[in-house]
Parts: sequence; structure tokens; C-alpha cells
Amino acid sequence: MSEQPVHYGLMGEFDSAQTLLEGAETVRGQGYRSIEAFSPFPVEGLAAVLGNQRDWIPLWTLLGGIAGAGISYFIQYFSAVHAYPLNIGGRPLHSWPAFIPISIEFTILGAAVCAALALLIVDRLPKLYHPVFNVPRFEHASRDGFFLCLRSDDPKFDQQATAASLRQAGARQIWEVPR
Amino acid sequence: MSDTAKRAGTAKEFPVTHGALTYAGVTDQVCGVFQDRPASRGWMWGVVLSLLLVALFLVSIGYLVVTGVGIWGINVPVAWGFAITNYVWWIGIGMAGTFISAALLLLRQQWRTAINRAAETMTVFAVAIAGLFPVFHLGRFWFAYWVAAYPDTMNVWPNWRSSLTWDFTAISVYLIVSLMFWYFGLLPDLASVRDRAVGRFRQRFYGLLALGWRGDALHWHRHELFLKLLAGLAVPLVFSVHSMVALDFSIGDTPGWHSTIFPPFFVAGALYSGFALVLVISIPLRAGYRLHDLITHRHLESMAKAMLACGLIIAYSYLVETFIAWYSGNKYETYLVINRTTGPYAPVYWTTIACNVLVPQLLWFRRIRLNLKALFGISLVVLVGMWLERFVITIISLHREYVPSQWHMFYPSVWDWTTLFGSLGVFAFLFLVYLRLMPVVSMHEVRKLIMPKRAES
Repeated sequence: MSEQPVHYGLMGEFDSAQTLLEGAETVRGQGYRSIEAFSPFPVEGLAAVLGNQRDWIPLWTLLGGIAGAGISYFIQYFSAVHAYPLNIGGRPLHSWPAFIPISIEFTILGAAVCAALALLIVDRLPKLYHPVFNVPRFEHASRDGFFLCLRSDDPKFDQQATAASLRQAGARQIWEVPR
Repeated sequence: MSDTAKRAGTAKEFPVTHGALTYAGVTDQVCGVFQDRPASRGWMWGVVLSLLLVALFLVSIGYLVVTGVGIWGINVPVAWGFAITNYVWWIGIGMAGTFISAALLLLRQQWRTAINRAAETMTVFAVAIAGLFPVFHLGRFWFAYWVAAYPDTMNVWPNWRSSLTWDFTAISVYLIVSLMFWYFGLLPDLASVRDRAVGRFRQRFYGLLALGWRGDALHWHRHELFLKLLAGLAVPLVFSVHSMVALDFSIGDTPGWHSTIFPPFFVAGALYSGFALVLVISIPLRAGYRLHDLITHRHLESMAKAMLACGLIIAYSYLVETFIAWYSGNKYETYLVINRTTGPYAPVYWTTIACNVLVPQLLWFRRIRLNLKALFGISLVVLVGMWLERFVITIISLHREYVPSQWHMFYPSVWDWTTLFGSLGVFAFLFLVYLRLMPVVSMHEVRKLIMPKRAES
């Protein structure tokens, strides 16, 4: 903790999803907060252990749906009543039941597009370079490897002590992650 | 394992995966298909044949564009010929992929896992092909964008009361949402492919597509959440899209079209043909790429059951359609039924009944559901039957409307057939190319599926 750490953090590899989950719980219990975990498939409960607090994606999906519905209905109303009124068999210009199908489709489109954008923004993707890719065995994270990374920006981070914590948590191999 | 279960003959279900699959084994089995092994001879022949059909399609469309829709067999009153028949058929096929992915995800049906990717891919290609038909059916396809709403200098807006405008919106939205569903589901698998790729170009290609996915636990958490949300949006979308296609017909007052049963009837038919094509794709895929551990009898049997269920709804719809024509007392509706069953196109109608109602009843027998050759054959029959059904609905209803002076026969021209078979070739070509480029099984979902098994051992 004395000098500015030059690397991103320390990474340990675990044997299985179960040991990774237990390891994450252990280091979390020791007071680490800047923890990242990597696995080849979603591990139930891992996000909660890492301190995931609030999911914003559902809210953005809802807002996107409302926006899609409102905008598409308004366009139909505006064009049919004001911009281009057509008298078709004396039917009312604002024939709202006929506007429903397109509004439904745009509700779904707005919600889906906003959900996707929210996912990318919250995840900070695309991000083609990331320090963890420097770890030689990290290519196994998309295959059969389970990794835990303790970042150096954690106030509790200390080269020796953190390595010991990782080992105690069950890591079978430990690397420094260069920036 | 599979043989003993087959013997048992009870209600016992097959496992979703076979053998001692490991995390790495899943990746190698799925990625090895296109990353380690060279293209097989069968694949090469498939590409050559489908490319010939693609050429046929391009020639047909090219001739159509420079000449006009007169090269088809359409006339007045049968203005909607093969183009609309093909369109409804293709779009129907495109419904099953998203249904398998979305509805079965929400219902936690584990058997969807190994086939959902193939089904989603099928959906994207089928919908893209379907969209071409109404556009080229316009004759002057370069005006197709007039259906979209935008503030143009002509000060003309689309007619929002028209079901064709609804349909255009529905198909466009469906294509976009299906693409998103497919791509975001593929994202973690693209990372697996990237990490396995050999060669700078391939690493860059897959690296760019994978957006730098690194398997971060929080990313996984949000990814699952996102896919569930998207599935919740996609299920009503699937039902709405084919309902809109049905409204193209039932909003019109033509006898045979103007009926309230059309939206659910069309949705059932869409899923019916979609499940059939998923089976037609996955049975050879499983055999050709030796994916027996991943695509098991469980998948194929479940799909056969789903297909049978859809077929029963279709049979019921045919029955109700006929009953209502009589019960309504409307002489035009009654005549339509008489004309459909005994008129000049009667053989087409009875073939439809045979393909869609009679033959699929074989699926009641477990022995036939487990016989892959029989299952493949029945699926092909269903695909043909559903195409004929679209023909029956479109052409038989149109060719004899209210007054006999409007009566006219429709005979498909050579170009009608070349466009139909060409579009099949386009689909086959796109799918074959996909097989050599991308994983055809959702690897991360299979890994998650086999996790508890490993914990036990």
C-alpha cells in the first residue's frame, strides 16, 4: 500500500464454479470490495456475493417500452388527424383502435432496443482491450476456467497479503495482472 | 443409456445430455465442427447445390425487376399468387425459432438448450427471406419505403387503418428483435470461439464480434436478466406478428378470409411449420456433426410432441372454418367450402388435409417419434402441407369471389416456381455458411446445464 501499484490486480484460478463461489465469499468476508470474477457460464449467486446492488436494465426496458408506445401513437395521431387527414367512409380521423397494432409493435421495439443499449452501457461493452486478457491462462475463462481478480484500487490491496488471501480462498494458481 | 430408456417404453424421459460431457468437451465438440475440421464433402455439395439455386433466385428476381410482375401467373382477381403464399409460409417458419428460445426459456424447459441456437438462426434467415416477397410483389420495389412513416417532402403519410401497414411494422420489428435475441445470446459463445481461434484474421474477426466479452460475473448476471426480459417481450411479439399476417387476410371481406379465427389459426400453423423445419435441420445436423451427446432423443421427441400439438390445433381450425361456413348461413362462405373441397383446386385442398391432419397423427406413437427417418419424413410432409395450406387460403379464396364475372383460374408460371425453389436455396446457402462460421449450439447454456452433474461426481 505504500507506493502506487503498477498492475491492475492479482488473479487466482479456481477449480470449479463451487470453489469460485466459496472463494469469492471468503475474500469478501475479509473486507475486499474491488472483486471481479470470471467464469465460462453464469454461476448462480456469484453476482450477489460480489456486491451487485441494483439492476438498472428492467427500468430502462420499461422506459423504452413507454417511449416506443408514446412516440408511435403520437406519430399516428399527428399524421392521421393533423398532417394528412383522410376521410375514409366518414370514419373518425382519430380512429384509435386502428392505431393499437402499430403501437404494440413499437412498445416491444422500444423496450428491446433500450434493454440492449442499457446492457451494453452498464457492462461497458464493447471493450476490446482489458487488462485481464494479459493473464496467460485467461483464455480458459470462456472454456473451463474459473478466475477471481482482486483489483489494486482496493484500499485493502497489498501485494503479499492479497496473494495470501487468494491462496487461502482456494486459488490454485496466482498471477499478477499487468495493465 | 438411450437404448435402455427406449426399451423401457414408459413415460420415462430421456436425459437432456448424454455421456460424460465436460466444460471443455462442449466447446471442443461444438467449435471443432468448424474450427478444427475441414469442410466435409456433404457440406461442399450442399453449398454447390444451394449456390445454383441462389443463382436461379437472383435471375428470377432480376428478370422480375426489369420486366414486372406479369412474369408470374397472377391476374385479377388472383393478384396474390405465389409471392404471398411464399411470404406467409416463410414468415411462419420464422416464428418457431423465437418461440423455442423465448417461451421455453420462460417455462424453464431444459431441452431447448441444444437446439435454440439453430432455431434462432433459422428464424433470422427465414424472416429475412420472407420480407423479400411482399417487397418484390409490389412490382416497383424501389417504392417499398413508402410504407414507412417519415416526414417526406411529398407530405404523404401511410394509412394507419390498413393491415398492410401494420404488417410491415410487425415484420420489421420482429426481424430486429429476433436479430438482437440471436446476437446477444451468441455473444458469450463468440468469446469462446475467439479464444480458440487460430490466426490473426480469425482472432480479430471473432474478437470484434464478441465485443470483448470476458465472462465477468456481473456481465453474466445482467446477460441472463436481459435475455429473460427480451424473452418476455418476444413471446407476445411472436403471437402478434403472425396475427398481423393473418389480419392482412381477415380484414379483407373476401369469403374464406373474413373470419375471426384467422389470427390464432395462423399462429398455430406458423409454429407447426417452424417446428417441422427445426426437425428437418437438426436431424441431419446431429448425424452429420455427431452431436448425439448434445441433441438427444429428448429434444427430437419433445419437438415431435410440440409439432403434433400444433397440428391438432390446425385440424380443429379446419373443422371450425368449415362448420362456421355452414352455420353462418352465408351463401358465399358456403360456396367457398364447396368450391374448396370439390372445385378445380380440390386436389390441393385434400393434399393439404392429408399432409397436415392425417400424416402427423402417426406422431402419437412413441416408436415413430423415436424413428428419426420417419420423423424427418413427417416433418417434410408437414412443411409441404403448410405451404399448400397457404396456397389454399390465398388462391382458392381469391379465384372465385362474389360474381362469376370475377372468376379466374391461377396457374403458376415457370418464374413462380423458380422464385420458390430459389428462395429455398438462399435459405440453405445462408444456413450452410453459418455452420462454418459460428457455433450452432449454445455452449454457455449447455455448460450451465451440466454443472450440477459434475458437482455430484
